[in-house]
Formats: sequence, C-alpha cells, structure tokens
Amino acid sequence: MQYLVNVIDSRSNTGTAEEAVAIDAFNEKLVAGGHWVFAAGLADPTTSTVIDARGDAPVFTDGPFVEAKEWAAGLWIIEAPDLDVALTLMTEGSKACNRRLEIRPILPPPA
Amino acid sequence: MTEITDALTRAHRDEWARVVATLAKRFGSLDTAEEAAAEAFATAAEHWPADGIPPNPGAWLTTTATRKAIDRIRRESTRDARHREAQLVYDIETEPLGAIGDDRLRLIFICCHPALAMDARIALTLRMVGGLSVPEIAHAFLVQETTMGARITRAKAKIAAAGIPYRVPLAEDLPARISGVLAVLFLIFNEGYLASGPDTAPVREDLTGEAIRFARLLHQLLPEDGEVTGMLALMVLTEARRTARVSSTGELVPLPEQDRGQWDAALIAEGHALVRQRLASGEVPGRYQLLAAVNAVHTDGDATDWTQVVALYEQLVRIDSSPIVRLNRAIAVGERDGLEAGLELIDDLEPELSGYHPYHAARADLLRRLGRAAASRDAYDAAIALAENSAEVAYLVRRRDEAVI
Repeated sequence: MQYLVNVIDSRSNTGTAEEAVAIDAFNEKLVAGGHWVFAAGLADPTTSTVIDARGDAPVFTDGPFVEAKEWAAGLWIIEAPDLDVALTLMTEGSKACNRRLEIRPILPPPA
Repeated sequence: MTEITDALTRAHRDEWARVVATLAKRFGSLDTAEEAAAEAFATAAEHWPADGIPPNPGAWLTTTATRKAIDRIRRESTRDARHREAQLVYDIETEPLGAIGDDRLRLIFICCHPALAMDARIALTLRMVGGLSVPEIAHAFLVQETTMGARITRAKAKIAAAGIPYRVPLAEDLPARISGVLAVLFLIFNEGYLASGPDTAPVREDLTGEAIRFARLLHQLLPEDGEVTGMLALMVLTEARRTARVSSTGELVPLPEQDRGQWDAALIAEGHALVRQRLASGEVPGRYQLLAAVNAVHTDGDATDWTQVVALYEQLVRIDSSPIVRLNRAIAVGERDGLEAGLELIDDLEPELSGYHPYHAARADLLRRLGRAAASRDAYDAAIALAENSAEVAYLVRRRDEAVI
C-alpha cells in the first residue's frame, strides 16, 4: 500500500545543507528498495492560495486554509507492504530530515 | 450441568485467544475473528449441554468459529469485500516464516502495536487476548460501555486502514516491541493492584489475575526472554502478598507490618524460582528483572535485607534514572543507613515529585518515625490529597491522625 508522509515543521526555510545531504541519501535508499513514489519540499504556507469553486464564481483567497502552529514543510509518498515497514523506513527519514513525520495511509483506488 | 459450565469457562480461558488468533490469521481481519469467536462460544453454550463436551474443545471451537466466519463473509460479501479478503489472505500467505510461530504471539503484538494509543492497546488486549467482554472492560476502567466499544472499534479500524501487519516483528524490532507489550501488561496489573477511585475496590483481582494470565502466556511463548520472565516473577511475587496487603477494615498494610503467614507460598516459590533462573543466566538484568529481584528480597526470610535492595535500585538507576526510581532507592537507603539519610535524599526530589503521592507518603513515614509530628502531618495531608486508592487513603488518614503534635 501507499503512505503519505508529511514533514512537520513550525518555522520556514529551516532546512540546512547537512539535512539536504542526508535527505538525498535517504531518498536514494528509498528508490533502491522500491519504496520511492514521490517526494517534494513545500514553500512556506504564507505563499498558498485557497480556491473555492463550489459556488457560481470561483473565489481565490490568500493564505493557508487553516492557521496552524505546525504545517507540512514537505512530503513523501512511499510504497510499503505494511505499517511496520513504513515505520522502520521513515524512522530513518525522520533522522535524515531532522523533523517529526506524520504517516497516513493513502486510500486504495476503488476496485 | 456444573461440569458443562466448568468446561465452558475453562475453554473460554484456555482457547479464546487461540481461536481469535487462528481466525485473524486465516481471514486477515480482527473484526471477523472476534465476532466469529464470540459466536462459536455462544454456540458451544447452546449445544454442549445437550450434545456433551466435545473431546477436543479447542478444535471444536476453532472449526465452529471458522464456519461462522465464512458464513458471515458470504452473507456480507460484495465484490469489493471479497476482493479485499482475498488480498489479505494472499498477503499473509506470502509472509516469510518467522522464528516464533504461535498465532497468539502475533495477536498480542498487533494489540499492543506502538501506533495505537495506550488506552486502545489495553482495551484491545483485554478483548482479543483476554476474551473479556466490552462491558467488562468498560467496568474495569470506569468508562461508559459505548465509549469503550468505540475505542475498540476505532483501534480495529486503524489496524485495518493503516496496514498494521499481523505478524511477529522483525528480529531487530523485537526487544522494543516486547517492551511495549510488557508496558501494556504492567499497566493492566497496576490498575488492579492499586485501583484508583474512591468507589473502587482497593485491589481488583480480576485485573491482576488477567495481567498474570497474559504474562504466563507471553512467558510460555517467549521462554528465553529475560524481561518477560522478570515481569511474570514481579507480578506473582506482588500477587502473593495480595490478601495480606489490605486489612479487614479496608486499610492498606505496609510490607513490614504484613502477616507473612497470609502470603501465598506457592506464588512466592514460583517467583523466587523465576528470579533465580534469571540470575543463573548471567545476562545483564533489565528493569522488570531488577524489580522482580527487589520483590524476591522483600519476600525472602523474616525481614527485608535492605543492603540488597539498595544494590538492586543502584543497578536500576543506571538503566532508568527517573525520579520515581530514585525515590525508591532513597527509601531503601533510609532503611539501610538511617532515616535522616533517607529523608535527605527524598527531599532532593521535591521539585520533580511534588505532585506524586508516594513521595509525600514516604516523607511522612520518615518524619513520623523521626518524631517530627507537625512536619509529618503536613506530609500526610499532601499525600492524602493526591492518593487515589481507597485503602491507601484510609491508611494515610489513620497515620496522620495518630501524629500528635
């Protein structure tokens, strides 16, 4: 199954060069093990825009959809047979990026 | 009829976890396993009185539960669900064979998984491994049945949705996962041993008994694990003193004042044998083995050898230097080297333990024995305000009222 891994952060642009090196090495390991699906860093939440097109005219609003003390500073999508494997992998990921991580299962596609 | 009732009770105690574990493996769903096991036991209660007790009750129950599960799956099956069930069964069959084969161990590990909240782990273990009903568990933890039911349902849903696997952890994860299981068992035991709440019985032998049953099962499944052995020894040595620990008037009786004749000699012998077995292994003891050894010293001969207790707590402080461990070491030092020495060490812990009632109770006891009545009364007051166990409160109140200023 697939898991979304959110990188939890409370400040902006806090990544260091050492962390970047460690994350690269970790990503290579994910790829080699067949676990890598996608990974990306995210810009600061103040740069986000909310779209609401449920009404007649779309409404664009500046800023994040919820004000939070912590947010996702990046994400992974990984492939793992079960949560134990995902936890073992991302324990290393947490060390590499020096952040707390949240792991959430991605719902399987409808049969 | 009593024969049938006994057989049903025994089968429930001995076979519940095995039936749930076997079905959970076969059908890949705790929910299905739990429901089918419950149905099988209900069928047994219905049929055994007329048909007689089957020669192999465990096999009968597993077969019956399997049929119930298959019926249920057919009944509820949509294409989607059938696909999922097939997928789950397939996933399990491709799993490499672990060194530890018993399905009940898998069941214990999944119920005590670290990705579940602690209260969910406790509830799930009591339900799936212990076979307690949801109302029984709710009653044990003083919450509404609906709350407890929701807690267990949520935990099962997370196991399924998050992909928590039904297998024994990898070798490198095993020590940490075993220690997680032991933490769950210890919490269940302690809730029985020092039950909280003014309207609760001071000792809940249903919970201590259940925890010991789990510890015995775990020891049977992992006989070489030192900490599992230590946990079982710790529990039986504590349980051995249960009847002597609360007086006929419902007051806690501290260890030195307990009637040793009331202790359960068989449990003490069992605990001592387990502790000796660990000592003989020559391996460095972990936390539960050290606590078991402390209890072995307390229950050896006519009085506690405090020099040995201090030495054991010194070892424990090196593994776990938490203030609670240091408090217990300080109490032991007070008994070995004199009350003033103990009090001095205890006073140092004030900033960390001022909200912990055993800290105040220990201070109160030493101050009382040193003849400092006023200070002792204050410490008893602080302990009473924080204590939750009814027998302990009764004891502390009497001691406080005896301290004449």
